Amino acid sequence: MIRRRRIRADRHGRFRLVLTEPERSLLSRLPTQAAALLADGDPSTTRVFPVAYPADSAAEADFRRLMGSELLAAQQEALATMAATADRRTLDAEELDRWLSALEVLRLVLGTQLDVTEDHALVDADDPQAPAFALYHYLSALQDDAVEALSATLGEPTGD
Amino acid sequence: MPAPVEVERPEAGDDVRPDRPWLVIVWNDPINLMSYVTFVFQKLFGYSREKATRLMLDVHHKGRAVVTSGPRERAEHDVFRLHRYGLWATMEQTG
Repeated sequence: MIRRRRIRADRHGRFRLVLTEPERSLLSRLPTQAAALLADGDPSTTRVFPVAYPADSAAEADFRRLMGSELLAAQQEALATMAATADRRTLDAEELDRWLSALEVLRLVLGTQLDVTEDHALVDADDPQAPAFALYHYLSALQDDAVEALSATLGEPTGD
Repeated sequence: MPAPVEVERPEAGDDVRPDRPWLVIVWNDPINLMSYVTFVFQKLFGYSREKATRLMLDVHHKGRAVVTSGPRERAEHDVFRLHRYGLWATMEQTG
C-alpha cells in the first residue's frame, strides 16, 4: 500500500499540511494537554528530560540546573507552535521543525504512558489501549512525514 | 564495543590529564524512529546521510553509539541539542 504523505514540500520552500479537520483538531488539542503534563512534572514526561551524567549525580544536578529550564521552555514553545498552527494550510521550515519537536514530545509521553517496547508496539483491536496505540502510530507516521519533508532542506554535509 | 567515531586515546598511565576528551553517547530506545534519529544526526552535526545512518544503526543494533567527542563544554552543548530533539544522550570522559 502506498502511504499518503500528509506533509509535502511545495515549490516555494514551504510545506503543505494535507490534513483533515479532525486531524487538525486533534493536533491543536494534544500539545496543550502535553504542555500541562510537562508543567506539572508528570511522571509520563521523564523521557523528555534525559539524564546527561548517569554516573555523576553532582554533575547531573549542575547540568539540570543550568539547562533544565531552557529545555522545558524549548519544548513548551514547540508544543505551543503546533497548537497554534494546526489549522494552517502551509508551514515554513522553522515551524515544521517545531512540529518535529512537538511530535517527539507527544510520542515520548504517550509511549511512556503505554510502556511501548520494540517488541510491544501493537495490541489487539479489542484491547482497551488500542485507541491510544493507534494514536501513537498516527503520530509516528506524521513525524516520519515531517522528517521526509524536511530532509530536502538539509544542506551539504559539513561534519566528517 | 568499538566506538564509531575515532577519538584520541590517552597514553597509558596518563589518565589524570584534565583534557581527556568527552564522548557524547546516544542510547537505543524503543520510541525514537530510525528515520528521525538519522535526520537529527544529519541536522545537528552536518553528517552525511551515510554516516548518520551508520551511527543510527549502531545505536539500534549495538545499543549505543558515540556521536561526537571533544572538550566538556562542547559535549554538554551537543547533549543539550540532542535532548532538545528527544534523544537519549549521555556524556562520559574517555579513559
